[in-house]
Amino acid sequence: MEKVMVKGTEAIGEAAIRAGCRHFFGYPITPQSELPEYMSKRLPEVDGVFLQTESEVATVNMLYGAACTGTRVMTSTSSPGFSLMMEGVSYMACAQLPAVFVNVVRGGPGLGDIQPAQGDYWQATKGGGHGDYKLIVLAPATVQEAVDLTVLAFDLADKYRTPTLILADGLLGQMMEPVEFPEFRDLSTLPDHSSWAMTGAKGRKPHIITSFDIDPYILEKMNLELVKKYREIEKNEVRWEEFKTEDADIVITAFGTVARIAKSVVEMARKDGLKVGLFRPITVWPFPYEPLKKLAEKVDLFFDVEMNMGQMLEDVKLAIGGEKPVAFYSRMGGVVPTPNEIYEALKKEFGRRE
Amino acid sequence: MKKLLYKMPESLSGKEFTYCPGCHHGIVHRLIAEVIDELGIREKTLVVAPIGCSVFAYQFFNMDGTIAAHGRAPAVATGMKRARPDLYVFTYQGDGDLAAIGTAEIMHAANRGEKVTTIFINNAIYGMTGGQMAPTTLLGMKTTTTPYGRDAQKDGYPMHMCEFLKEAKGVAYLARTKVTTPQDVEKTKKAIKKAFLAQVKGIGFGLVEVLSTCPTNWGMDPISAMKWLEENMIPEYPLGVFIDKVGDEK
Repeated sequence: MEKVMVKGTEAIGEAAIRAGCRHFFGYPITPQSELPEYMSKRLPEVDGVFLQTESEVATVNMLYGAACTGTRVMTSTSSPGFSLMMEGVSYMACAQLPAVFVNVVRGGPGLGDIQPAQGDYWQATKGGGHGDYKLIVLAPATVQEAVDLTVLAFDLADKYRTPTLILADGLLGQMMEPVEFPEFRDLSTLPDHSSWAMTGAKGRKPHIITSFDIDPYILEKMNLELVKKYREIEKNEVRWEEFKTEDADIVITAFGTVARIAKSVVEMARKDGLKVGLFRPITVWPFPYEPLKKLAEKVDLFFDVEMNMGQMLEDVKLAIGGEKPVAFYSRMGGVVPTPNEIYEALKKEFGRRE
Repeated sequence: MKKLLYKMPESLSGKEFTYCPGCHHGIVHRLIAEVIDELGIREKTLVVAPIGCSVFAYQFFNMDGTIAAHGRAPAVATGMKRARPDLYVFTYQGDGDLAAIGTAEIMHAANRGEKVTTIFINNAIYGMTGGQMAPTTLLGMKTTTTPYGRDAQKDGYPMHMCEFLKEAKGVAYLARTKVTTPQDVEKTKKAIKKAFLAQVKGIGFGLVEVLSTCPTNWGMDPISAMKWLEENMIPEYPLGVFIDKVGDEK
């Protein structure tokens, strides 16, 4: 298939349609409004439904309703908007409703700004809403990967009956790159949800979908069912990329846009004869604890780089378990670090420890 | 010859209602079930229960159902209807759910003319949480959060949802009723039927507000509660049909 030049946000939209998504509900917020705009134009061409909602609160509940009927459904938003969706996401996780969310993360906290950031890592991976739940969180680093992970997000949502999240950022959303789109999914081949979906109780008992039981012993059973599912996901769905780690003395840990920048840093360091590699979680939940732990056996120093105050850093340290030092470099507030500044910081850190 | 005059509607599950004695939820549930039976749409109808005393509504109706987050039933119903326009969707909501936390969702669903139906129970109080002030609480009315009576200067005025909604162009049927007498029960059933027909015929959004009693939280016996409703709620919330684009059945 030929490659086409496309913007990150629009690439995610087209990938969703090719994955069989025909329902999109969304509310404008910078820097992701091109995605709902794209869907508003594109979905009617494939007999799909686009609806601009009155708020992110309404959006997530429309997703809840559409997902109840067993259809593939999606929304996209940016940080403050995703915060507003948290109650509904918690409901959907408990009610075991598949849906795909896209958070094009911007600078925060509060109103923040509209520049790229990674400050929503904790919200995305540690829960975000109330109660015990997890989202499968995929963090693309290129536009092509955003396409591939969007398709995967729908498949995993259906497979595990759970909401999934594409954790992108303003840089990836606004960037144009050549991508190869997958073929259109034949809608008749999508997973069959007739055993639980609300499709009308014709010739069968009613299907009830709730995130509720007043009996604590029954609710505990529901909780345990979720835990079992999350353990299953942790076993099967951990994804990560290692770049030049085979002989590395120093390994940079980074996700999303920063990981992409860190690749340039690896190349710069290698030219100078420094053995630097990159470890990039693709699923930030489930986090690749084991592969990172394994890497710690042969690496002298880890260098975590993020566009936040050190959120993934906690998971990196958890994986490494104090065996090896973990240094940290960050920019915040929507400032994107350059390869040069990361490299300089890395050299300084390395020199200090030599 | 024996003739069966009264039976459990097929659209009710048969599960015993959990409502307090004298509460009007049960009457309205039954009327909705009768209407769905008469329209023959039970197997194609989805119920969206609210947060409040009627959180268990999904158990009482014999059809596919869910519970929406507080106030969000119209958004959930919108998602369902947009995904499955061939099905019928109704929300059942109380005054806290619809007229306080869910005001944005009901206004926009109505204004978009979503082809869904909403049955709105207005009993002027929060029932399930134990009798706090609702947006529809009357002035001077004592609740657990207005122990000195609702004061307009401090607590604002009773919320008139039908009067707000009647300006929304997407609304196809809009009425306010009560169920304190057999005649009122009949009128309410007709209104509920029209609110469903607005959806079945694809005309637009339908809503019926039913003024109801809450003897437990009003601190009255059921008979006094009905009398109180007649004397105090009707002057504040006049009954009537505000919008009817459905027309009369031939």
